[in-house]
Parts: sequence; C-alpha cells; structure tokens
Amino acid sequence: MPASPPDTAPLLTMRGIVKRFPGVRALDGVDLEVRAGEVHCLLGQNGAGKSTLIKILSGAHQPDEGEVLLGGESVRLATPTAAMRQGIATIYQELDLVDGLSVAENILLGHERASFGFTRRGESNRIAADLLRRLGHGEIPPGTEVGRLPPAAKQIVSMARALSHDARLIVMDEPSAALSHDEVANLFRIIREITAQGVAVVYISHRLEEIREIGDRVTVLKDGRTVAVGLPATTPTGRIVSLMTGRDVEYVFPPRPAPSGERPEVLRVEGLTVPGVFSDVSFSVRAGEIVGLAGLVGSGRSEILEAVYGARRASGRVLLDGRAVPPGRTAASVRLGMGLAPEERKAQALLLDQSVTRNITLAGLGRYARAGWVDRRREAAEAARLAEALDIRPPDPRRPVKTLSGGNQQKAVLARWLVEPRRLLLLDEPTRGVDVGARAELYAVIRRLADEGVAVLLVSSEVPEVLGLADRVLVVREGRIVHEAPAVELDEHRVLDLVMVSTNEESRVD
Amino acid sequence: MTEATPTNVARRPFLGRIGEVPHVGLVAALVLLAIVGLATRPENFATSSNLVSILALASTIGVITVGMTFVIIGGGIDLSVGAVMALSSVWATTLATQSYGPAVMILCAVLVGTGAGLVNGFLIAYGRMVPFIATLAMLVAARGLAQRMSGQRTQLVQQANTAIVELSTTRVLGLPLLVYVFALVVALGWILLNRTTFGRRTYAVGGNPEAARLAGIDVRRHTMLLYGLSGLCCGIAAVLIMARTTTGSSTHGDLYELDAIAAVIIGGTLLSGGRGTIIGSILGLLIFTVITNLFILNGLNTSDQLIAKGLIIVVAVLMQRRGALTGT
Ligand SMILES: Nc1ncnc2c1ncn2[C@@H]1O[C@H](COP(=O)(O)OP(=O)(O)OP(=O)(O)O)[C@@H](O)[C@H]1O
Ligand SMILES: [Mg+2]
Repeated sequence: MPASPPDTAPLLTMRGIVKRFPGVRALDGVDLEVRAGEVHCLLGQNGAGKSTLIKILSGAHQPDEGEVLLGGESVRLATPTAAMRQGIATIYQELDLVDGLSVAENILLGHERASFGFTRRGESNRIAADLLRRLGHGEIPPGTEVGRLPPAAKQIVSMARALSHDARLIVMDEPSAALSHDEVANLFRIIREITAQGVAVVYISHRLEEIREIGDRVTVLKDGRTVAVGLPATTPTGRIVSLMTGRDVEYVFPPRPAPSGERPEVLRVEGLTVPGVFSDVSFSVRAGEIVGLAGLVGSGRSEILEAVYGARRASGRVLLDGRAVPPGRTAASVRLGMGLAPEERKAQALLLDQSVTRNITLAGLGRYARAGWVDRRREAAEAARLAEALDIRPPDPRRPVKTLSGGNQQKAVLARWLVEPRRLLLLDEPTRGVDVGARAELYAVIRRLADEGVAVLLVSSEVPEVLGLADRVLVVREGRIVHEAPAVELDEHRVLDLVMVSTNEESRVD
Repeated sequence: MTEATPTNVARRPFLGRIGEVPHVGLVAALVLLAIVGLATRPENFATSSNLVSILALASTIGVITVGMTFVIIGGGIDLSVGAVMALSSVWATTLATQSYGPAVMILCAVLVGTGAGLVNGFLIAYGRMVPFIATLAMLVAARGLAQRMSGQRTQLVQQANTAIVELSTTRVLGLPLLVYVFALVVALGWILLNRTTFGRRTYAVGGNPEAARLAGIDVRRHTMLLYGLSGLCCGIAAVLIMARTTTGSSTHGDLYELDAIAAVIIGGTLLSGGRGTIIGSILGLLIFTVITNLFILNGLNTSDQLIAKGLIIVVAVLMQRRGALTGT
C-alpha cells in the first residue's frame, strides 16, 4: 500500500452523494472528506443517512448521483468485494456474521487462507487468534461457532474481520453501542493504534462524549444533507447537537417521584441460578419502580433478564405479583403481564420483512382480535398512534421495518410493549442506537410508564443512563449481585469501581 | 425531532407502483401459457371440457398446496403430503370404513390426514427433528402403511357410497363440485393467513422464531398446528381424489409433494420462511397444471414435461430474486 502523503490531501472524498429508496431520499447531496490517519466522526439523528452513506462507501449500495474519490482518483465501488480491494473495511451497525461458521472462518470470510480450494485451518486459526489478541480478546477461541458467542464478543469478531483486511480506511457504524465502559476504552486504544499507522477511521456514534475523546473532525448529517463538514472535534457539544437536530436538546432525565415503600412488590426473584452464567440472584422490583442492572458486558445482566422472563431455564423462583412464573415458557410470562425488549433487535426482536405496524403489534395482537380475527383497522390506528408517540421515522408504519434506520427500529421494539398495559417491563439496552434527542423522549416514556405503576427492570451499558433513569441500582459482577443502592447514592466512578473485577479480592473462590 | 415530516419523502414513481401490484408476473405467465395453448391447439385448449379438467386436476394438489404454503411460510417443509393423502384415501376406502357410509369415510380421511400431520408436527416441534427428516420419514412410513392396509390393491369406492363420487360428477354452473371445495379451501386458507392471529403468528414463527418466542408466541405449539393443518389439507385432498378416481390407493399422490412445493416457490414464498402468499401459490400451481395440460394436448412426452417444469422453477426463482415476478 502506498504511504499516504503527509499533508492534508484527503484520503477519501465523497461529493454530492444522492441515494433514493422507494418513497425516501435517504441521501440528498452529501459531502464527506476524510484524511489519512484521522478519526472522522459522522453524526446525525436517527434516519439522517449515516448508515446509508457508509453502505455506499462499502459497496453495499450504489449511489444514484455523486462521486467517490479515493486518494484523489475517482472509484466505483460496485460490490463489497470491490470496496475491500480498495482498502475500505466496514463494521456494520447490525452485525453481519455467519452464525454457523467459526470465529476464524468469519474473520477471514471472503479472503480465506486456502491452497487448491482447501482452507488451511491451522493458519486461519492462527491469524484469527493474533487479531483477537491484538484487540485484547485473546480469550475468544477461534474455533468456536459464532452463533454461540454473546453479542459483545460478536462485535469483537466483526472488528477483527475489519482489521484482517489491511485496510486504509475502516468504517465503524455504532461500534460502541453494544459495548460497556471498559470495552469502549479498549476500542479506543485499538483505534488510536490503527490511526497511528496512517489508517483513517470513520466513526459513527450517538454517544457524543465519545466524539471529544476519540474524534479529530466531525461531519454532521441532517435529513440526508451535510450541514457541517470537517468541524474540529473540539466544537462544543451543544453546537453539534443543535446542528444535528436544528434545535437545542438537553440530555436530561425525567425527575424521579418521591420513593414510596407502600407500593406493592411486582417482581420477586429468589435464588435464581443458571450454572456458569449467574448464581443465587435475588431481588425485587416494586410497582412504579425502575431498577437498573449495572455491570460489564458478559457479567450476566442480559441472561438474568432472560431468565426472569422465562426465556431461559434457570433454577430458583420468579414471582410476578406473587404468582410463580413457569420457566421456559415466554407465552405464559407475557400472559402474566411481562414484556422483554431484548438486546439484539435484529436477531431477537424484529420481523425484518414485516411492516412496522405488524412488528409493533406482534405481542399484543390479541388485543385487536376477537376469536382470532384481527381488526386490522384498529390495529393500524393503534400502531400509528404508538409510532407517532415514539416519533418513529419515516412516519409511515406500513413500511417494512428493515427499511428503517437502526435507532428507529429500536423504537419499534419498545413500542411493542406499549400496546398492552404491562406489569413488568424488562428493558435490555433500550436506547441502543437511539439519538440524543429521541433518547430524552424515551426516558420520559419509560418514566411515565413507571408512574402509571409498571415495574421496570433496566439493563444498560451506559452508567449515566442507569444512574439517571433508575431509582435503585443493582451492580452485577461475574454473575452475582455485589451491591445494591438507591441511584442517588451512587456516582459513575463508584459504579465503575464496583463492576470491575478487583483482583485482590480474596473472597472470589467460586 | 419536533419538525413535521421530512421533506425528502418523494412521491412514488408510477412504474414503481406497477411493480408492486402483487403477482403481475405470475398472471402474465399464465396469460402467456394460455396464448400458447390457443396458438398450438386452437380446437382443444379453450374448450370448456379442457378447462374443467385443468381445474379438476388442480383441485387436489391445490388443496395440498394451501397447507404447504402455511408450513413453508412458518419456516418448515412437508415432504409427506402425497403419502399422507394416499394413506387417508386407503383408510377411508377400507371395507370396514365404507360400511359406515360416505360421511364417515370423509371424516376418516380428514382425521387420518390431520393425525399424520400432527405426528409430523410433534416430532418437529417437541422432538426437535429437522422438518425435512421428520416428514421424509412420514412419507416412507405412510406409504408403507397404506400399502399394508390395502394389500397393494386399489380399493374401489362402493356403489353404496357413490355420494362421494358425486363431488366429481355433479356440476354446478358447469363446474364439478370438487372445484368448489378447492375454492372454499383457498378462501378459508387466505382468511386464516391474512386476517387472523394464527396467520400473523405463522409469519412471525417463520420469519424470526426467536423474536416470536420472545414476543410470547408459543412457537412449538404453533409449529405443531401448522403441520396438523397441512395434514388436514391432505385429508381433504384424499376425499377429492377418491371422488375423481373412485378409488383409494397407496399409489395416489405420487410426487405431489414436489408439485406442491414447486407451486409454493413459484408463487413467491421463500423457502426460508416468513414470506409468501396463498394466491401466489395457487397461481404457481395453475401455471404448472396448464403446462401439463399443454404437453398432453400437444402429444409431447412426460419426460419433456418434467424438464420444462424444472426450467420453470429455476426461471421463476431467478425472476423473484430480481423482484420482477411478485413485485416484492
Ligand atoms: N433499504 C431501504 N429502503 C428504504 N428506505 C431505507 C432503506 N435503508 C434506509 N432507508 C431510509 O433511509 C433513511 C436513512 O437511513 P439510515 O439507516 O442511513 O439512517 P442512520 O443515520 O444510520 O440512522 P440511525 O442513527 O438510526 O442508525 C431513513 O429514512 C431510512 O428509513
Ligand atoms: Mg445507522
């Protein structure tokens, strides 16, 4: 690969990019300019066109208009393979790994080490192991099937795949959305390492504080247009937010009502154990209370949620309003009044081919049905109302949900559990991929539900979110609840201390 | 987030909308075949007797195709349909069953079909067998059982029970009753798939079983019911074939599974599940039946017919990839 010129000659220039989908102009003349060795942040609200832009860059979509210059030469990125050959590697917002293949096979997919058509497995595994170690995750075995890995590990695998290409430009679409605090730090370390070698990174995230930390320059998209090109990353956050949204948004949490011990207990969990994942977890959630589970990715938070929901077999007892929840039967849990918004929207929640309406009403369909007959007019009206309440865009619930941007898909997942009144909501990363403005609105929605008496159990990798939204926080470490306190008595540092594994702790003999 | 709808929502171009009219491609193919029929056999093709025989032929597999559409949208496959239909026809025409009269014969066929389907469903949903394997086993076993019950002989529908045969001989508005049975099954199937919670769940279970489970759908129970439904359709098809041939036989319905699956695929249903329509499947089936008819009318041999059918499957699937045929 030729050494990039030391001056500011851009590595990548995209000019006047237009991309239309049936019914939508996703990109309407976007410009982007990325220099070698920089971290270029791409910002914009949900649906602004970020993912579409980088899909054009990765050869997954073809632009209707506009040109792409790489190192000053006009290029046509007709296919993902063509883009890779040009040295552009992409980590997509929605993971795109093949579950049935091994970690190593996924990492080297498309450029397998092979002789005469036979893959050289030993060599592949070695390369994969090296990359994983470089990413600080040598513990992921290259031979495991990817489908068995937890989401965070999958994220690492797609990162390793991007690195395996010797790219000169790596595009990362919300890589941190699935990562917890320490993982993000690790990610940044890797980004610094690769940019020091002259590789450019295009970085997309809705966590604005990350931009200051890692970014060099910022491009802001709004409604498919560029509203600011190449601003320095030191631009005040408030200014960036108003560029993105066209107004001032505050990153606020709704006020908590006064704590009340009188409220009835909705959820009681006693001695819940899934061997090897978490053990002896006991807690309760009262009506109207939001309880947050804080912990590292892999500490067992999501698994606890799934076990409470009955989606995962566990020993121990789960009581909802005093009634035992049968394990392994989600249908019963839903009937009892639970709802789970799972961690991975694409794999666990969405019917991608189906309309937004049908995705929203999937769990509560019985509400619009009499003797199995669906009243579609009521269904559509109700779904439209919820889509509007959560500001799902574009505002046409008949669209297939797969044509929505990531953040808007996430809102559709949440909307599903607003159809029917719930007793208990289990929310796993409810704001994953949701933009700043919409976040505040979702927080308000969650708080309003609690005020109406719903018990909420919340998992979030963002400590400020747990602290700001929850009334009470349970800290999970290595499958155990190690601390419990009202959110107001904790701060970010304290929580981070608690979630980290303290190596000098003698009591850890399990 | 406060402003009104985004300004970049463009009007849909007219041509784009034509592409979205469902099944234009399939209807066009059917029209094309009719033109070929009129051109090559003007004296035979458009006669009412020929059209009636096309419909009568389509009816039996058509009923099976409806059940198959549900199974495939639900993410499965049912290879046992032809064999289950044969078994139902044999069971319903044993001397013992026939002694109870036509109503019991019909009931028997339907129950046997449904029962076999539920066994499939149980093995797949609760025994965690791969649908392909479970229904393949059923295919072999049901044919074997049918042979054993009938002693490999063709069982005639007795004189006393000719009421069943009247399904084929009695005509209303020029069409035999069995065509109405077929139409009724299609209509009920369409309603079930498009207007009820059962239909919705079918799409969900096939499209993303994990999401369906986490949304509180009992995926296993639903899967079992889908195969039961397919079996029920086989039972109804058995009644139709008894009416048409006046026999029950272990050789009935040979390779029907292939025709039914092919019809479903041509109709735009994805084998991976979660997508598809009844109307598409029926159009796919009509295309297949008309081709068979054209080959017979033109005196071409059956081998060429099979080759042509194979080609059609390939072409149909290729066209759907490009979204041209179904407009989805
Ligand atoms: N395949 C598609 N068909 C139709 N419309 C699409 C398709 N893909 C994206 N869109 C639309 O294009 C617009 C931009 O979407 P995009 O995914 O690029 O947004 P984004 O900026 O990545 O948002 P997010 O932050 O939520 O991920 C949205 O209005 C979306 O609905
Ligand atoms: Mg996106």
